Amino acid sequence: MEDFNSETDSDYTSYWRDWFISSRGNEYFCEIDEDYLTDRFNLTGLNTEVAYYQYALDLVTDVFDLDADDDLREQIEKSARHLYGLVHARYIVTTRGLAKMVEKYKRGDFGKCPRVMCEGHPLLPMGQHDVPNQSTVRLYCPKCEDIYNPKSSRHASIDGAYFGTSFHSMLFQVYPTLLPEKSIRRYEPRIFGFKVHASAALARWQDQFREDMKASLREAGVEAKFAEDASEDEELEDDDDEPLETKEEKVAGDAASGRMDLGN
Amino acid sequence: MSSSEGAPESWISSFCSLMGHEFFAEVSEDFIEDDFNLTGLQSQVPMYKEALEMILDVEPEEDEDDEEEEEEEEDEDEILGDEKPPGYRRPGERRHTRVASDLSVIESSAELLYGLIHQRYITSRPGIQQMLEKYEMQHFGVCPRVYCNGCKVLPVGRSDTPGQETVKLFCPSCQDLYTPPNSRFHSVDGAFFGTTFGCLFFMTFPDLDIGPRLDSSFSALSPTRSSSLTSSSINNQVAPDVPPPNQPTEINGVRTINFSPGLGPGRIYESRIYGFRVSERSRSGPRMKWLRMKPLDIRELDELARYELLHGSADNDGDLEMGSASGSAQSAAIAKRKKAPMRRRRYNPDQMSINGAEAG
Repeated sequence: MEDFNSETDSDYTSYWRDWFISSRGNEYFCEIDEDYLTDRFNLTGLNTEVAYYQYALDLVTDVFDLDADDDLREQIEKSARHLYGLVHARYIVTTRGLAKMVEKYKRGDFGKCPRVMCEGHPLLPMGQHDVPNQSTVRLYCPKCEDIYNPKSSRHASIDGAYFGTSFHSMLFQVYPTLLPEKSIRRYEPRIFGFKVHASAALARWQDQFREDMKASLREAGVEAKFAEDASEDEELEDDDDEPLETKEEKVAGDAASGRMDLGN
Repeated sequence: MSSSEGAPESWISSFCSLMGHEFFAEVSEDFIEDDFNLTGLQSQVPMYKEALEMILDVEPEEDEDDEEEEEEEEDEDEILGDEKPPGYRRPGERRHTRVASDLSVIESSAELLYGLIHQRYITSRPGIQQMLEKYEMQHFGVCPRVYCNGCKVLPVGRSDTPGQETVKLFCPSCQDLYTPPNSRFHSVDGAFFGTTFGCLFFMTFPDLDIGPRLDSSFSALSPTRSSSLTSSSINNQVAPDVPPPNQPTEINGVRTINFSPGLGPGRIYESRIYGFRVSERSRSGPRMKWLRMKPLDIRELDELARYELLHGSADNDGDLEMGSASGSAQSAAIAKRKKAPMRRRRYNPDQMSINGAEAG
């Protein structure tokens, strides 16, 4: 079981969950704690959603001992995966679940942003719906705040509801220090070195919108900072935000080496 | 200059069928054989002559009658410090004297030269046509962005100088650049496609449908994706999604329906927690919406019209005169342009007759 680099904290090994998270295509999932799974409150409402609910739960928690034929076993196996996914969506917004997902995020388990200007920023899995069978899993890039399809087809078949719509936003609410620095850099299409009017006009319009947003946020007392204008605002921030600074450090300590290396 | 066209596979087609070279178009030999198309490449590519021969599958013996190229050859020899005497040109001999390391150098030079020619070729008429066929067959893949709904992308470079950056993919739907998903393309030089190609392509084919409507095959392949999109657009209908009437068919030289259809209201991701949008005032609130914005009323992008509207009404006298003056100048220019072809038509017969006289 050491091979699987199990994240479980329970004393005995969890065969099914270990197998599940280590099997190909399930790299996005983290391991749900035994005690989270066994707390019935956390599973509220799932018995109507999952067929063979009790058997599936037994299988997930490794207490399954039904002498079933292959057909039924396959059905239960499928239900177990579905159940695991639905519980997973609930688990990853809890403190423990978030911490596990942050580790995976820092390792880049969810892939890197395909957008060139994001310079391979790590992604986070998410769903566009919380109801299963609506859409497949998407990947959210916190740097450009957009969502992308996973590049591998084995991930493209995972249900988005197994991660949910709220998870990534919740993560950055809890770990604000992990928020990447936003950048105003963009791709400028050019022909023989000359900018293209249609794209440039749109870019100017977008830039105007961004400046308006920054102005309105400043009015509201929120500083929207981008990597490019950091240098001029730096001194201002340092001077009058002493209490904020200490608070940040505390949070950073909680997040356990909250700084990310953006290079990888 | 004859080439081994009858041979089962030319260097060019074998190069293009190599793993990771799927984006390349096969440059026609006519294009390479036109020296004008190769202007300036000689100084960029080491062992230029040999590399060119390799690309064209030319046996060295056949160049002997060509004086100019002989000179080039001699220059090359001097640079390389080649010890061969001028009268060495026996093809068999040459093959034997060429050592293996030499061949690999020539091979890499040929690849560089082919890439640089390719960069020029795909902006030429036959080249861009060839790339259109590849584009329509979805050889370059689709945009990874969810709201672009599988828009087909085009390979481009961020630099025209080789050795700077690898090939990227340009999505016309969101006007952004993406890294190819397959790592086999991470070693292909972006300069082999160049900075110009991406935009020039879509300007050359302005009627090419890049919107999601034509992607029926794609949505048919993944029904979940299309269904999710429709329902998400329903979700996002907080803002009125219908653009005001009287939208021009063309904006800033681009067809309105083809102008970044993946951007704008309803196609910007909004993060939500338990269904509630994250406030802009939150520290982790949205900051990058501008990147995917597009005005609902596309006329907002007509900067000239907006300027005229704003300043024409502010002080009528001066601007009106200016406007009328520029207007008359414009109309004069238009009239001139209209006349031009007529004049040409009038002159052409004369020229033809002169030419004909000369010929005769």
